[in-house]
Amino acid sequence: MKKQRLLLRTVILILLLGAVGYTIYANFFTEKTRVTVGSEAPDFVLTDLNGKKHRLSDYRGKGVFLNFWGTWCKPCEKEMPYMNRQYEVYKNQGVEVIAVNVGEPELSVKKFAERFDLKFPVVIDQQDQVMNAYDIDPLPTTFLINKDGKIVKIITGTMTESMVQQYMESIKP
Amino acid sequence: MEQVKCECGHVNPHGTVFCESCGKPIVEDSTKKLLDMRYEGSARRSQTYNKTIIDKVWNFFSSVKVGVWLIVITLLASAIGTIYPQEMYIPPNVTPAEYYEEQYGWTGKLYYELGFNNLYGSWWYMLLIASIGVSLVICSLDRVVPLYRALKNQGVVRHETFLRRQRLFSVSKVDNYDKLIDEVKEKLTKRRYHIREENGNILAEKGRFSRWGPYVNHIGLIIFLIGAMLRFVPGMYVDEVLWIREGETKEIPGTNGKYFLKNEKFTFEVYEKDKEKEVFQEAIDRVGSGMVAKNYQSDVVLYERVGPIVPGEEPKLKKVKEYKIRVNEPLKYDHYALYQVDFKMNEPNKMSFHLVDKNTNEQFGLVTVDLRNPKPAYDLGNGYRVELLSYFPDFYFDENGNPATKSKIPNNPAFVFKMITPDKPKGEVSFVAIRQTIEPLGDNKYKMSFAGLETKNVSGLTVRRDFTLWILGVGGAIFMIGLIQGMYWNHRRIWLKRVNDEVLFAAHTNKNWYGLKNEIKQIIDGTELVMPIDQAEEEKKGAQGGDDSGATK
Repeated sequence: MKKQRLLLRTVILILLLGAVGYTIYANFFTEKTRVTVGSEAPDFVLTDLNGKKHRLSDYRGKGVFLNFWGTWCKPCEKEMPYMNRQYEVYKNQGVEVIAVNVGEPELSVKKFAERFDLKFPVVIDQQDQVMNAYDIDPLPTTFLINKDGKIVKIITGTMTESMVQQYMESIKP
Repeated sequence: MEQVKCECGHVNPHGTVFCESCGKPIVEDSTKKLLDMRYEGSARRSQTYNKTIIDKVWNFFSSVKVGVWLIVITLLASAIGTIYPQEMYIPPNVTPAEYYEEQYGWTGKLYYELGFNNLYGSWWYMLLIASIGVSLVICSLDRVVPLYRALKNQGVVRHETFLRRQRLFSVSKVDNYDKLIDEVKEKLTKRRYHIREENGNILAEKGRFSRWGPYVNHIGLIIFLIGAMLRFVPGMYVDEVLWIREGETKEIPGTNGKYFLKNEKFTFEVYEKDKEKEVFQEAIDRVGSGMVAKNYQSDVVLYERVGPIVPGEEPKLKKVKEYKIRVNEPLKYDHYALYQVDFKMNEPNKMSFHLVDKNTNEQFGLVTVDLRNPKPAYDLGNGYRVELLSYFPDFYFDENGNPATKSKIPNNPAFVFKMITPDKPKGEVSFVAIRQTIEPLGDNKYKMSFAGLETKNVSGLTVRRDFTLWILGVGGAIFMIGLIQGMYWNHRRIWLKRVNDEVLFAAHTNKNWYGLKNEIKQIIDGTELVMPIDQAEEEKKGAQGGDDSGATK
């Protein structure tokens, strides 16, 4: 009977701790979004400044450095030259950069791209659809997507040039 | 296992304070005159077994003292969280670390550094709530089982000590015991007591189910907590914000790209003088015409996306329904609800300028700039042409003194125009903001003069989907049932025991002693029984010094 009681107590405590643990885990250790590290990056189609359509799933086999940015966001501005330089190095090694602007006027985006002489495709998410799918909250946010289309890492906040370099290295196919 | 056999023959679990059946004290505690009737003197297991780690954890949470402290700490923390606004309510464009210090001084800084700015979502706050939940479950289990056992096993014939040590007690000399018993029994039955009789001794009891009230209440609370917990399970709970301009069609966030919404029109109405029924006039006069909001309304069309969902691709939409969303009248579809919660009137949408010769005021054409998606150049004919070099929808000067934008929303649009005219073929550059023109490259011959502003209203909607609501409802209902059960009924017991030619009369209730005394008065009225004295009150009086009881003994 004593053993039975200990067993019962153990089971109840495990159940309770399980419930508490799950809640804490779900709340603090997972992204509250569909887009998490390890999951498949949601597909999207967006048009770049030259009118060319970019579909994420077409880049299977390549690593994709997916950056969300806005012209008003100073940290985004800071990392643009880094991305530009590293893109020159890694584009021949199978790493693609896609910079998704968060729905600003084409004029502003074009001027910005000209000012920084951006070499990689810059697309505009006119209807916030991609932003919703990726649950973008702070800018900049960068998703590292490997050759299988899986998200390897999510970076929010500014990156230094060496970070950009390391990240591109990490998704090299 | 160790068990204690009482002299009445009943075997009690280890730790029992007084015998479950006859009530004779097992642990003799003669310092107190009255018996502690809490949990019927049953053995609370937590206080008996304390060997393994499991037992220790169990016993920690089983303590009511711990439970009360958890509640007190949670209450204090919750109160502190209301001193300054939580982070989600501060303006979105500020850094929290600076904001709290700027607004509230060093206390604000401390508030931020201690993490109170995000209190209700913090891990330690959630742990506190969770601990209360655990404490509820274990406290209840540890008490309800022994209590049930004790009440089930209680005997009719009680030991004399048990009766003497009840709060309400009296001894009466009785000549005709059988007659008395019959009379009392009849009266008790009339008052809906359940009567058990054994060898001429009586146990009358009513309202026992009220003892389960607190535990039913706890079950309700636990269901409520489970409901709250389920909100973190993906898909159970959606709470998103959608800002949508008039004329705009947007994906509804939280629907995984399945639904789109078009905002046809936003209306904000106020109560105005002479436009309302006669009865409202006085009230309108008192607060002033146009001061009270009457209606916030978004006329919307709901669309469902057909075909495969690929974000970014132009969606194929099927109209689902038209609706007028008003406050408390949400658009409901597929368990989603869209509520009217906010609005923004007159957001700039299009701005027009005349190209004007500053000297002659002659106009050479109208330029209308779409502030959402401006064109880079505007041809006015006859060699007149305006180019938009830069556009700042939400203009300010940044720390280096350069024009910049704060966001993509055209709150304060500013432009850099290049005006190309037949006599100035290289063009003149002019920086134009609201009520402000700067000519950075020297005096111009021409200027862009403001000609008009077209605005649009913006609706702020909340997107909700909540599959936990019914669980919260069920939990709340059970909570209330438990509360009522424990509050409005009392568990009353009356014992009669014959000892030689005397009758011992004792009574107990879990609350409302006044009511019980009144009831006893009516029951013993016209019998030989003596009204019991309230021994607890006697004791109190005794402690205060004067014994002026007129009690009969």
